[in-house]
Amino acid sequence: MSHSPTTTTEHHPALAHQFDSMAQQREASNLGMWVFLVTEIMMFGGLFAAYLIYRLKYYEAFVGGSTSISVSWGFANTLVLISSSLTMAMAVWSAQHGRRKQTVAFIALTMLLGTAFLGVKAKEYYDKYDECHIPGISFNAEGGPGCRTGNIAEELVQREHITPEAALQIARQTQIFFSFYFAMTGLHAFHMLLGMGLMTWLLLRARRGDFGPEYYSPVEYAGLYWHFVDIVWIYLFPLLYLISRHR
Amino acid sequence: MSSATITTPPQLEMPKKHYLNDNYGIRSWLLTKDHKRIAVLYLLTLTFFFFLGGVFAAMIRLQLLTPEGTLFQADTYNKLFTMHGVNMVFFFLVPSIPAVLGNFLVPLMVGAKDLALPKINLASWYIFIVGAAFALAALVSGGVDTGWTFYTPLSSGYLKTHVITMAVGVLIAGFASIFTGLNFIVTVHRMRAPGLTWGRLPLFIWANYATSIIMVLGTPVLAITLILLALERGFHIGIFDPKLGGDPVLFQHMFWFYSHPAVYIMILPGMGVISEIVTCFSRKRVFGYSFVAFSSIAIAVFGFLVWAHHMFVAGISTYSALVFSLMSFAVAIPSAVKVFNWTATMYKGSVSFDTPMLYAIGFIGLFTIGGLTGLFLAALGLDVHVHDTYFVIAHFHYVMVGGMVMAYLGGMHFWWPKLSGRLYPEGWAKLAALITFIGFNLTFFPQFILGYMGMPRRYAAYPPEFQVLNVLSTAGASILAVGFILPLIYFLWSMRYGAIAGPNPWNATGLEWQTSSPPPTHNFDQTPVVTQEPYHYGEEEEVPVVP
Amino acid sequence: MHFKLPLFPDQASTVAGQVDALYLFLVLLTTFFSLLIGLLILFFAIKYKKTPERKAEQIHGSTLLEIIWTVIPLGISMFIFAWGAAIYFHQRRPPTNALELYGVGKQWMWKFEYSGGQREINSLHVPTGRPVKISMISQDVIHSLFIPAFRVKYDVLPNRYTTVWFEATQPGTYHLFCSQYCGTKHSGMIGEVVVMKPDDFETWLGSGKAEGSMAANGEKLFQELGCITCHRPDSGARGPNLQGLYGRPVRLSDNRTVVADDNYIRESILNPNAKIVSGFQPIMPTFQGVVKSEEDMMQLLAYIKSLGEQSGQPLNNRTSPTMIRDTEVPNIQQEKKNKSETPQPQSEKKP
Repeated sequence: MSHSPTTTTEHHPALAHQFDSMAQQREASNLGMWVFLVTEIMMFGGLFAAYLIYRLKYYEAFVGGSTSISVSWGFANTLVLISSSLTMAMAVWSAQHGRRKQTVAFIALTMLLGTAFLGVKAKEYYDKYDECHIPGISFNAEGGPGCRTGNIAEELVQREHITPEAALQIARQTQIFFSFYFAMTGLHAFHMLLGMGLMTWLLLRARRGDFGPEYYSPVEYAGLYWHFVDIVWIYLFPLLYLISRHR
Repeated sequence: MSSATITTPPQLEMPKKHYLNDNYGIRSWLLTKDHKRIAVLYLLTLTFFFFLGGVFAAMIRLQLLTPEGTLFQADTYNKLFTMHGVNMVFFFLVPSIPAVLGNFLVPLMVGAKDLALPKINLASWYIFIVGAAFALAALVSGGVDTGWTFYTPLSSGYLKTHVITMAVGVLIAGFASIFTGLNFIVTVHRMRAPGLTWGRLPLFIWANYATSIIMVLGTPVLAITLILLALERGFHIGIFDPKLGGDPVLFQHMFWFYSHPAVYIMILPGMGVISEIVTCFSRKRVFGYSFVAFSSIAIAVFGFLVWAHHMFVAGISTYSALVFSLMSFAVAIPSAVKVFNWTATMYKGSVSFDTPMLYAIGFIGLFTIGGLTGLFLAALGLDVHVHDTYFVIAHFHYVMVGGMVMAYLGGMHFWWPKLSGRLYPEGWAKLAALITFIGFNLTFFPQFILGYMGMPRRYAAYPPEFQVLNVLSTAGASILAVGFILPLIYFLWSMRYGAIAGPNPWNATGLEWQTSSPPPTHNFDQTPVVTQEPYHYGEEEEVPVVP
Repeated sequence: MHFKLPLFPDQASTVAGQVDALYLFLVLLTTFFSLLIGLLILFFAIKYKKTPERKAEQIHGSTLLEIIWTVIPLGISMFIFAWGAAIYFHQRRPPTNALELYGVGKQWMWKFEYSGGQREINSLHVPTGRPVKISMISQDVIHSLFIPAFRVKYDVLPNRYTTVWFEATQPGTYHLFCSQYCGTKHSGMIGEVVVMKPDDFETWLGSGKAEGSMAANGEKLFQELGCITCHRPDSGARGPNLQGLYGRPVRLSDNRTVVADDNYIRESILNPNAKIVSGFQPIMPTFQGVVKSEEDMMQLLAYIKSLGEQSGQPLNNRTSPTMIRDTEVPNIQQEKKNKSETPQPQSEKKP
């Protein structure tokens, strides 16, 4: 076995000590980010699997719960998030082309859209709180005192023309739907928050002029993460908001 | 017995600068990016948790000396076995070899200067500490009594202990495990030295690679399961609680989907260590290298397909049970293949009995017994009788302690010279290995008999006719404890007084032995280029490389 | 200190011998392979001990050997799998002529009830020579019924019936354990199984003071709770006729067919909207909280089970749906309230 001198011909300031070249560093971080996204898929996947099992078991209750959350706000949020993925992609492009001010602007825009998303989510959560649809001790799907609207039992009778007895049972079971609603959108929102933290760090580095054509991988991989969070929402929106809406 | 492989040329001295003395001060350790220092940080943390778990084990065995079980109250005993299990599984066994030996050796074995993502590596240790902090918080605020398996609805609605704190601690520690696995995968793919093809990788690398795949795919499911448990307990939502329309058996499916592959996370790195030790102390390449390598991958893949063999009497359909039983037999085959290959490696070798080899041989014997008793559990009709009895406890302690912990100790002895630059005292080490082997068998063999007799798990008190076997088991445990404490003492002793090891005291192949002991921070003065297959013993005896 | 040292459990059921046979085979197999590996290692270690002259022979491997020691273990494994599966199928299929009991597990005791109304706590009397089937449910967390001498075990779940069956062969008293960790007194949730010869068993059955058979108590509940109002045999009844229902297939409104077993009936009482019988309206209210305990539920089940047998056709009492509107459905709770002066407890609002 022979030895050869350490082959480091590039000395880019961003080259980490363990790598021999920027190419190796890029490939390693790329693989790292993709493997990380696989772990996220497994985590959300577990949650989605549990959701699917209960949706099959309590389908009517899931329909009832789904109709009580606002498609308009959900759709608005979908548009906001897709736009933020676009601005993120633009940020990556700008970094790749060495446009520092543009990079900063697009990252800031992405953050703005992300904040808008979280704001809408907060409003939706508040609405659910108002309607006593938050699972737990105070859950009430039959319209009790102190719950603004949210009498799912009544809605079911009027809209679906089912018997009050059936409606009552279905309404109680919507608590499971809402448990998943909050768990799934909550986990997603938590990932959005982490993404916002990531964007803040990225923004500061972009302002400092860290990125250019030879080195823009942090922007690229943060972008990958952001796109992933967006894709999770693309799944969440129809699964939660659009059950049986064609009727 | 043959003499030791070590020949100590008189001119050996410690390298002037190495990773341990490169920088002084607490900050240089707590903010290190060096994989070797991170491995040492993990070593200290995990040793603490191993002995903590051991203390709980001691208390369990003391309680079980008498059938009436009056040493501790029932509630306290329930906390003891829960804390023993949680500690040992999540805070020792799962991280152990990957985080200590893996972190230290993977870059060295592939000829790299560090892991691919050193900051992620350090983050992994800090995340582990945060998880451990939550677990310790749960411990000092009274402990948790759910059993390490957290079954609902007991854990989600009926217990008053700090379940959420503990669940959060475990799931955070899981992320440490994910980061370690991620790092290994990227390193093995992207950081191999020139000439180091996949077919030339040491089997320790193959084993850790397979382990990393499991860590990365399985641990997130545990995370979400515990998150849902915490939400259910905290907010009284009805995901697993039947009173609210939930299904408690769903919890079991989700929990075991991770926790079964987790046992392969625990054993695969151990198998990697055994491959390294057996080849070196037989002076012979591993018999059937590619079969051993692919067996690791096969175990990782099949390991994901057997989870419901923990649930044969839990309410799953007969046909599901059939499928999972079949797969459980399938997953046993690659492990058997490895055992045969290790044995064949010794055939016509040149075998010596240094301590690492003693642990490796102990592993092969005890893992064989433990693994074969797994067949008892995979057989449906028999599992009905022995499920949730001491038979299961004996089975998994045979593979986890007789297997995994032996491999860990064997690996620690094998690579201690590399890690510390010193030799441990061989006489004491052999004695400790022998004491451990005897103590272990005396502790756990009676439990097979107890289990078939019908003594259930997690019992603080038991019918009087089970007492003799329980007393034997406790006696064994006291001996086993000595076997574990001895290495702690003499490893520490050797840091100051042990003989200088030199770069390659065992005359082993492998890139890690081609640099000084301890290695410099940057691992190699010059990037190695690999031209030979692994375990190329038999060409002229390796001359120790003097840096 | 107790010096008895039994090393093998009693064989007291028909399946115990089968399980033990597989166990012994596996013990022999394990011993054989452990000794084989152990002795080979010892032998190699001694024969090929390292000496200054000894040079190891660098053998790469042998594909033939790899195939052999993959295929043979695989073959043995499949044999064990098939044997274990056969025993398991036998264990999961109670014979049709079994003596049926109900069992409730709760923190931290076992309650058993016989169809004649006899009840036991933490003990179980069974006859030899006759299969016994226990339908069991938990009132709280997951428990597990384990009788080592019979080699039977199954988890006892909340909100769902599971079954276990055995045929005892040897009179005596044997341990009964809870084998799924269930909290503080898990190790105290034990009892005894008393196996008696059939005559003695009949004597025992007749000796205790049973407060009416389970079916008779169930019939009382059926009337008290108002079930009789809708579930009548006449053609104008609002609910399906339960005569001959038990164990028969039922066609549902979504065209599925299910078997009316314990779990179906329990679900129909507590969550009636989950499955609607074809030809009927979803007007049955839930009786969650109204049927107050698992024991009451079991009495109702026993009563429904006792309602005779009819033809084997799927139950579908109606050829055309009855047009019943809400106002016609009696408010059973309200009627009960009006009947008695004292207010009845309202059904709980929890789902």
